[in-house]
Amino acid sequence: MAGHVDALYIFLLIVTGMMTLLIFVCLIYFAARYRHRPGVRAEQLEGSTPLEITWSAIPFVIFMVIFAWGATVYFKERTPPDDAAEVYVVAKQWMWKVEHAEGQREINELHVPVGRDVKLIMTSQDVIHSFYIPAFRIKQDVLPGRYTVEWFRATKPGVYHLFCAEYCGTQHSGMVGDIVVQEPAQYEAWMNGGSTGPLSVTGEKIFAELGCSTCHRTDTQGRGPNLQGVFGKPVQLEDGRTVTADENYVRECILDPGAKRVKGFQPIMPTFQGLVSEEQVNALVAYIKSISAAKPGHADEKSKTSASTAAPQIREEVQQNALPNAQSNGSQVQ
Amino acid sequence: MADNSAAAVQVNAHGEAHNPALLHHFAEPQQQRDAASLGMWVFLATEVMFFGGLFCAYLVYRRWYFGDFAAASKTINMGYGATNTAVLICSSLTVVLAVWAAQTARRTLLIVSLVITMLLGVTFLGIKGIEYREKFVEHHVPGASFSFDKVPIPGHPGQYANPRHAQLFFSLYFVMTGLHALHMIIGLGIFLWLLTMAWKGRFTPEWHTPVEIGGLYWHFVDIVWIYLFPLLYLIDRHP
Amino acid sequence: MSMPTPMPQPERENYLNKEYGVWSWLLTTDHKRIALLYLLSITFFFFIGGFFALLIRLELLTPAGDLVQADTYNKLFTMHGMVMVFFFLIPSIPAVLGNFLVPMMIGAKDLAFPRVNLLSWYLYIIGGVMMLHCMLTGGVDTGWTFYAPFATNFTNTKIVEAGLAIFVAGFSSILTGLNFVVTIHRMRAPGMTWSRLPLFIWAHYATSIIQLLGTPVIAVTIVLVAAERALHLGIFDPKLGGDPLLFQHLFWFYSHPAVYIMILPAMGVVTEIIACFSRKRIFGYSFVAFSSIAIAVFGFLVWAHHMFVAGMSVYAALVFSLLSYAVAVPSAIKVFNWTATLYKGSIHYDAPMLYAFGFLGLFTIGGLTGLFLAALGIDVHVTDTYFVVAHFHYIMVGGAVMGYLGGMHFWWPKISGRLYPEGWARLAALIVFIGFNLTFFPQFILGYMGMPRRYYDYSHMPEFQVLNVLSTAGATVLGVGYLLPMIYFLWSMRYGKPASDNPWNAAGLEWKTASPPPTFNFDEEPVVTWEAYNYEELDAPHSEEVPVGR
Repeated sequence: MAGHVDALYIFLLIVTGMMTLLIFVCLIYFAARYRHRPGVRAEQLEGSTPLEITWSAIPFVIFMVIFAWGATVYFKERTPPDDAAEVYVVAKQWMWKVEHAEGQREINELHVPVGRDVKLIMTSQDVIHSFYIPAFRIKQDVLPGRYTVEWFRATKPGVYHLFCAEYCGTQHSGMVGDIVVQEPAQYEAWMNGGSTGPLSVTGEKIFAELGCSTCHRTDTQGRGPNLQGVFGKPVQLEDGRTVTADENYVRECILDPGAKRVKGFQPIMPTFQGLVSEEQVNALVAYIKSISAAKPGHADEKSKTSASTAAPQIREEVQQNALPNAQSNGSQVQ
Repeated sequence: MADNSAAAVQVNAHGEAHNPALLHHFAEPQQQRDAASLGMWVFLATEVMFFGGLFCAYLVYRRWYFGDFAAASKTINMGYGATNTAVLICSSLTVVLAVWAAQTARRTLLIVSLVITMLLGVTFLGIKGIEYREKFVEHHVPGASFSFDKVPIPGHPGQYANPRHAQLFFSLYFVMTGLHALHMIIGLGIFLWLLTMAWKGRFTPEWHTPVEIGGLYWHFVDIVWIYLFPLLYLIDRHP
Repeated sequence: MSMPTPMPQPERENYLNKEYGVWSWLLTTDHKRIALLYLLSITFFFFIGGFFALLIRLELLTPAGDLVQADTYNKLFTMHGMVMVFFFLIPSIPAVLGNFLVPMMIGAKDLAFPRVNLLSWYLYIIGGVMMLHCMLTGGVDTGWTFYAPFATNFTNTKIVEAGLAIFVAGFSSILTGLNFVVTIHRMRAPGMTWSRLPLFIWAHYATSIIQLLGTPVIAVTIVLVAAERALHLGIFDPKLGGDPLLFQHLFWFYSHPAVYIMILPAMGVVTEIIACFSRKRIFGYSFVAFSSIAIAVFGFLVWAHHMFVAGMSVYAALVFSLLSYAVAVPSAIKVFNWTATLYKGSIHYDAPMLYAFGFLGLFTIGGLTGLFLAALGIDVHVTDTYFVVAHFHYIMVGGAVMGYLGGMHFWWPKISGRLYPEGWARLAALIVFIGFNLTFFPQFILGYMGMPRRYYDYSHMPEFQVLNVLSTAGATVLGVGYLLPMIYFLWSMRYGKPASDNPWNAAGLEWKTASPPPTFNFDEEPVVTWEAYNYEELDAPHSEEVPVGR
């Protein structure tokens, strides 16, 4: 991604550099050539419509080229590949809590292997933050009450800056961290140390503990919909709308079940607002994904961008103690 | 304006001699009237944008949380709202009467129209106050004591409104009607001033610009209510 | 500074010496006196905002946070932004130069509503006092952008008071705009048709439209934020299902066009200066005039380009990026027309022209770096970094303040009746230009390297220090450049040479009356029979015989 952005940046530098040069050369040349001399009077010129059209049209065409190029790069930045590894990020004042699909947890650090697409599914416990990795040229605001996503593929091992780019209070400038990019072997070794098991397995446990499985059965007899194979598919709602079951939809169903009820089911599910932490919601989402993902990444095109576009949901009450503190295995490497 | 320079000077001298209301920097009374009326129209354009921001916020949330908004809307008293709408429409009529009375030098009618307009305005605010009180008693005022349990969503049997979204509705309800009421209070102040001027007999068929632009303001505040009433009270009502 | 000194020669009665005493100033309805009241007050706020800027730059001299506390730093940049935007830049050119010149340029005796004009100054002062009180009793730490939910539910600083201060000052801005629109429509002198208006007037007309239609939206947004904090109504609260992005949409709906409130009047000033010191009619008059209107209109359609990484839909981002390029075209038209005006001119290098050249250079750089930010793919990387900080300072300080200073020099003889010292003024223009570039150019590089804005402490990334030191060094030079004009303007009020009615031999009705002008601007109502920028006639061998209405 950095390559694409830099290419466009260099193109822009050249184009705007030439424009600047053109204007400055004209300015300086005219200023010197037509400086006041006694007895020489200015020559009045009314203006010229063809000239005006020319110098409106040529910049406009150049602008459109820049626009199209910029939009193409943006589309790439905003469209995570189907088979990207998923990492959940929860932001709070003033730290980044990261949880890998495999269950590894980190604080203010993110370990990734070289050459793998990584998709971050992010939410905030309090105010708006922004997950910014300058070296990868990516940035995305992290909002309370909904998921936003961004993705990248690291190409060179090393340690890169992670910044919070949206002002978030006193220690905003302390909300920084490291992106640790490792060779796959090193990464495997790191990954095997101290994991609590895959996130989807944690999610399955929570699913059972909260009693979800009594209604959401794996047959058609349940009082709630069967959740197998649901993720990434269109869902018919009671009110006639159809939505795609993406991360934000699953999240909304857990926290506000009445809002988008599936067709043919009674409104009997209680809300879990305030009963589950952001981390637990993430685990549940990961679990529901896992029982749909016979082959990874069959979700259709829509679900990938919609994580950043869907309507907001209710922010979960912050329950600081409801989750195991991830500090203990936050930084095992280096 | 561009072609009557010589005439303008004469009118200027003429006007200043006979019309104490003509301010020094205007050339003629017509220019002064035009300026005042354009000024009020321009001001009303800014008011449209002011309420426009609120309507925009309202429409976004109404689209997202339609059912909850419909349920919350049903708990406010349509009768009060409808009465208030009628009250304001009547007051617009009396404002028109007042302007006509000023134009045709009917001082008594002018004073009576202004007084009735103000009485209607006060009636509106009174009914609004009763409505607010009801909302307060029912714990529908957003904040710690807000409660909106088990209110069914119209047309969706067995489904209840989300109290948080209902609170959003009431936040907007209070801000929108509150700012409208504030405009009514300012309007009453303006009309009180017009009334004292009319009492002293200051308005003439030649000069009654304050009545005209005060009337414009009053009509605008009425029109805002004409939008607020269906948006807040009639979201999903059926006979 | 408000009292003029007695003139050496037998003096004509003018707006300065007609009456003396505090009340003759505080209760004046003369647009020229109100302009001076504004001049005093915005200068005061400019130096307060500048003091905050200096502290910010000093803190960033070293990577660690060592000069002030983190919370103090956050308040410093917040108050710097609020003071500079709402209490200096927005009123700067319109309320001072616009107030002074709009009636004179169109041949009117005053603005349409002189008492409303005075009211607008009082509202500004009430807002300003509230803002000062807010700053002295704790201040605000949200950034001037007030983003929800941080500003609505998390910070415990004085949001409501600062918000109300801005609300009141916003009203002052609305009233100024209203006065200008009505004045320009209804008060033009006989013969002053729309196509004969100076482009300064066109620029102010466009500015007024933005003030009128944009400011109420920020006002209502502030009301909502205040209601959320004070009354616990929850419009933007994510806990209730409210949308923090809605706040950003409402905020930028005003705050993007607000940039044009700052830059359009500066463009108007520069147009007048370039025409005068090239001794030429402006090239492409109607294109320059309508590009002002086009900027005002398009300016309302691009607000969400501040939100490309905020979580907006990809398709919305595309539309706003496209429209942002549309608004770049009229700006480009202006730059080309100014440049073309110089062609075959007879160019003088007096201080106002040096400021205008400075404006052209800095605005060109600021405008072209806007192309980077409007390019979606690049914006993702550079938004919320020092790249953005540098970009908008190039527009708002490099552009708007350069224009303001240029205008102050150009019309100072008219305002004060005295000439400023030309040598010092040229030196100050040079110092400002160099200091400005030294301060802000390094920030473009910092931004592309990834330094986020609003960072108090960058000890995690010490590689940013060299450029920060350069920037701080530049800021001190810039500070000197801003102090100089204040000193020599004050000096010239007592010791400057008395100015003639038209020291630049400039076109425009304001130069056809006395310096300083009489209270009602013209001894006789002017009748306009010539086009704007009639420098051909003015420079003709018998220029004394050009009809001047006297």
